[in-house]
Amino acid sequence: MSTDGSRERIETPSNPELHGSLRSVPSPVRWIIETHSLTKKYHDHVVVDGLTLAISSGQIFGLLGPNGAGKSTFMKMLVTLLPPTSGTASIAGIDLLQHPSLVRQEIGYVPQLLSADSMLTGYENLLIFAQLYDLPRQERTLRIEQALKTAGLSDVAQNLVGTYSGGMIRRLEIVTATLHRPKILFLDEPTVGLDPVARHGIWRQIRGFVDDHGMTVVLTTHQMDEADAICDRIAIMVSGKVRALGTVDELKAGMNIPEATLDDVFSFYAGSTNQTGEQFRDIATTRRAAARLG
Amino acid sequence: MTSPPLAVPLPDWDDPLPTPAVSPESFLRKTFAIVGMDIRKLRRDPSELLTRAIQPALWLLVFGQVFTHARSIPTGQLPYQDFMAPGILAQSVLFIAIFYGIAVIWERDLGIVHKMLATPTPRAALVLGKGLSAGVRALSQALIIYFLAWWLGVKLNWHPLAVAGVLVAVVLGAALFSTFSLIIACLVKTRERFMGVGQVMTMPLFFASNAIYPISMMPSWLKAVAWANPLTYEVDALRSLMLANSHSEFGLLMDFTVLISTTLVLTLIGARLYPRLAT
Repeated sequence: MSTDGSRERIETPSNPELHGSLRSVPSPVRWIIETHSLTKKYHDHVVVDGLTLAISSGQIFGLLGPNGAGKSTFMKMLVTLLPPTSGTASIAGIDLLQHPSLVRQEIGYVPQLLSADSMLTGYENLLIFAQLYDLPRQERTLRIEQALKTAGLSDVAQNLVGTYSGGMIRRLEIVTATLHRPKILFLDEPTVGLDPVARHGIWRQIRGFVDDHGMTVVLTTHQMDEADAICDRIAIMVSGKVRALGTVDELKAGMNIPEATLDDVFSFYAGSTNQTGEQFRDIATTRRAAARLG
Repeated sequence: MTSPPLAVPLPDWDDPLPTPAVSPESFLRKTFAIVGMDIRKLRRDPSELLTRAIQPALWLLVFGQVFTHARSIPTGQLPYQDFMAPGILAQSVLFIAIFYGIAVIWERDLGIVHKMLATPTPRAALVLGKGLSAGVRALSQALIIYFLAWWLGVKLNWHPLAVAGVLVAVVLGAALFSTFSLIIACLVKTRERFMGVGQVMTMPLFFASNAIYPISMMPSWLKAVAWANPLTYEVDALRSLMLANSHSEFGLLMDFTVLISTTLVLTLIGARLYPRLAT
């Protein structure tokens, strides 16, 4: 961990984490991700609006929000794909704007679409990323073997990814993004369009990385059951801002209604959940994936 | 799918990573990793290469035959068919390369570009890797044109160095124009717009070159365009290396200098623009 001491505790009063329950957590708390007034504007349209957020290490952090809330844009900035309009961020103690290529060494990223190369085998998909991450040859073979095992794909490693199911592709992508042992894994809607069994497989896999290896996972989702099932902490984003932040239980308790569900919390902060829009997008994503996989 | 597997323990998880080396060697390794993947895909589905062979065959067999008999194009001591064979090779390399941007946009739509850009790979390695992949694809055209030319009785230079020079020129030309294509793809970002731009670019590049007629025939404004067109230098290199009785108009040193330096400049521009695909 390359964080220097001053980064271990952030004491800016604007830091939303400090208003929450984490005050009581014994210090030093390790903020593995910190953003300060991170903003993305397209012309006059503000997509991410001055986000100041800290995420501590070794947990699953969920970004929830309706369509267009800026979740994916926020994540794209954190994984160095999108330059912020203003603001700063540090990822694993590295300044995002100064050293994007060092940040890339510390993170894994799985975009929303099923993006494994369907013209290559599972093994080859892993191989190309092992090469891009500069793993030495011997280490490469070992880690690829291990990754295939973790994803439960050892038997189909030599089959084209075009023959895989959605869940298998997602599992492959997640182990691909962790070949270089990143400190933080970013997942953009990891289970969108997958069937319930596949979703549980992904959840177990993600949980395994956090529990067994102390990895930090940041994921976006608009599925309340997903947030409920695996997220240690969540932030509810609406119109580019964080409206609520805390553990699932804290947010439910804050509702002051008996047996409040995460849906209640979400509706309270996000207004209407815009279900029709979400469902339409799910269908579109699934269809696109299906068409690609023939 | 059966029940999902549990994560198995990973004993060597905490092994320290080798420090990320930014060495020329690592740059080349990553570049060739990209090329390697493309070759694997090509081996799996080589049908593209066969369909690509049809157009140059038609040019050589139909256009070439007719104009050889017409004797309307002054090509010195060379029969017109001999003169045009290297030009058609350059043309088919150009056609392969100029639409390579479509593949880049395809990878963008799938999210593959995003994943690659989120790795610590130098952008120039990603771009050069794409360019050289197009070069490998273009090599198949050399094979086809050599065969057709030999079959038509074109007097070829079979000296191994000359043949090697042809192959290098083909790879360079494909890398050059596919990188140009990648730059266009980074700017327009959608397939529809790219197809429009691609169509508009191809024919002017082809006709404003010495591929099927010598520059000396051109009006002076077109001569100026032809001299600024990298395809002219590729054709010149191919013509002098591929044919038995030919010479280079600009000199091979000039030809390869133009091809290499243009490719490098375009790669640097492409590396700057490539991240735009992920936004």
